[in-house]
This record gives sequence, structure tokens and C-alpha cells, in this order.
Amino acid sequence: MIHWASFSDFIAMGGYGFYVWGSFGATVLIMAIEPIVVARNRKTTIARLKRQLRAETRNTAE
Amino acid sequence: MKDRFNLYRFASPATFYPFAGALIPYFVAVSIVFGLAGLWLGMLVAPTDFQQGEGYRIIFIHVPASWMSMFIYLVMAGWAAIGLAFNTRLSGMMAQALAPTGALMAFLSLLTGALWGKPMWGAWWVWDARLTSELILLFLYIGYMALTAAIDDARRADKAGGLLLLVGVVNIPIIYFSVKWWNTLHQGSSVNLAKSSMATTMLWGMLLMAMCFWMYSIAIALMRVRTIMLERERHTDWVKAELLGKAGDEK
Repeated sequence: MIHWASFSDFIAMGGYGFYVWGSFGATVLIMAIEPIVVARNRKTTIARLKRQLRAETRNTAE
Repeated sequence: MKDRFNLYRFASPATFYPFAGALIPYFVAVSIVFGLAGLWLGMLVAPTDFQQGEGYRIIFIHVPASWMSMFIYLVMAGWAAIGLAFNTRLSGMMAQALAPTGALMAFLSLLTGALWGKPMWGAWWVWDARLTSELILLFLYIGYMALTAAIDDARRADKAGGLLLLVGVVNIPIIYFSVKWWNTLHQGSSVNLAKSSMATTMLWGMLLMAMCFWMYSIAIALMRVRTIMLERERHTDWVKAELLGKAGDEK
């Protein structure tokens, strides 16, 4: 069922290792970083909006 | 009539916001399952290609990324059309949320294409119809993001960006049919509804990876659109309630 004879065969990718693993590596990197950036952006946006909201309610209360 | 009413209800950010939040974990989970299944089939089970050896395995990233780069653009253009026709608030936010992911997919398509082209054609890049039109797609994404970012008023930014998206749609059939219309170095499509040139395990590996990319894109766009909603609707009561209540505990 498994196509590869050994783990080193799998890594070598028949001599195309650099190209295949380069493609997969770049994809994994992007798909790992994008959610982190989005989550961090969400956190800072919520913090900023909360600050603004608190400042507004203080101003109207005075 | 009741169904119709419900459908319109989700077009309102106040109802869409919690709905989108509840859906995200499911899309993430399904994406991971599809991804693992696709990688297992594509990287461990699928046989060697008789022409391209093991190098063809780049297809499991390249084709899903390329499909998504075109599909996300079409979805954005669809939202732009709805936004321009009906002046709905949600549509501009959806287009905004999809753009960075679409751009990344176009970038991945070009990058993996270069990594595939080098060993197979002997060149990282050629000014071929397929490659050039995909590069234009990446520029369209970047242009849309730059244009909307440069206009302060969000609704006006949506209108200008939407117009750009609709004009740029002409590029999508050019990308798709470029391998048929012109003599290009890029190989023809491997998947055909009538007859596919690929082994079954290769085809399924690729389709599973495409589903993984699709679910990933939906999950990340929903994540992004929720932040855009809070930002744009910050003066509404529902966002104020959200900020004072739940949003503090959420990550």
C-alpha cells in the first residue's frame, strides 16, 4: 500500500526533494503564519475598539 | 416565506457574526481531516508518474492553490456585484476578508509553479500565457487591497474595489482556458469530467487537498470578516455589547 521502500527514499523524492519539499514547506509556512497574523490582528483590534468605547462612554458621562 | 426571511437575516452583520464564529472550528477540523487524508494518499500511496518521476507530487499543492486563487476571485467579484447592486453592508466586508487569502493562494500557485517548472522545463519562469495571466491575478488582488486601503470611507472603498474586481473578472477565463487557446509550455489540465489522465489515487489525493484548501480558505476568511465587522460596525449597539461582554474572553 505504501509506495516508498524507505524513509530516505521518501525524503529524496527521486531526486526532486528540494522542489517537492520546498513547495510543501512554503505552503505549511503560509498556512501556519496566516492564522497567527489574523488572530493577532483580531486581538489588537478588539483591544483598540474597547479603549475607544471606554473613552467615549467616559466623555458622554461627564 | 419563512425560509426567505431567515436567509435575509444572515445578511445582517449582527446575526452573521456569532453564526460565523460558531462555524469556524468545524471548517478548521474538516480542513485538517481532508488535508491529512490528501497528504496520505498523495505523498505515501500514489504511484510515481511515468514522465515526471516523483517531481509531479508538487501537483498536490499547485493545483489546489491555483484553483482557489481563481475561485476566491470569482467569489469576491460575486460579492462585489451584490454589493454594487443592492448596497448591502456584508458584501464589501466579505470581499475584504477574502482578498489576502486569495493573494496568498495566487502567490503559492506561482511559487510552486516555479519550483515545478525548474526541474521539468529548466526554467523558474517563462512569459507564457498561463503563468502571465496568473501573475496578473496576483496583481489584481494586490491592487484591490491597495485601492481599498487607500480610501478612508469603507463604503466608498467597497464601491471602488468592487468595480476593480468586476473589471478584473475577464482575467479568470483567460487563465483557465490559456492552455487551450495558446500554445503554452504549461501542461494541459489533468482533470477532465469525461476522462482523467491521472491514476485514481493521484486524482483523489489532489481532490482531497483541494477540499482542504477550500475549507481552510473559508475558515480564515470567516476569522477575518468577524474582525472587520467589529471595526466597521463599532458604533452599533450589538458591537458595543459584544465588546463589553463576550469579546473580552475570546481569543
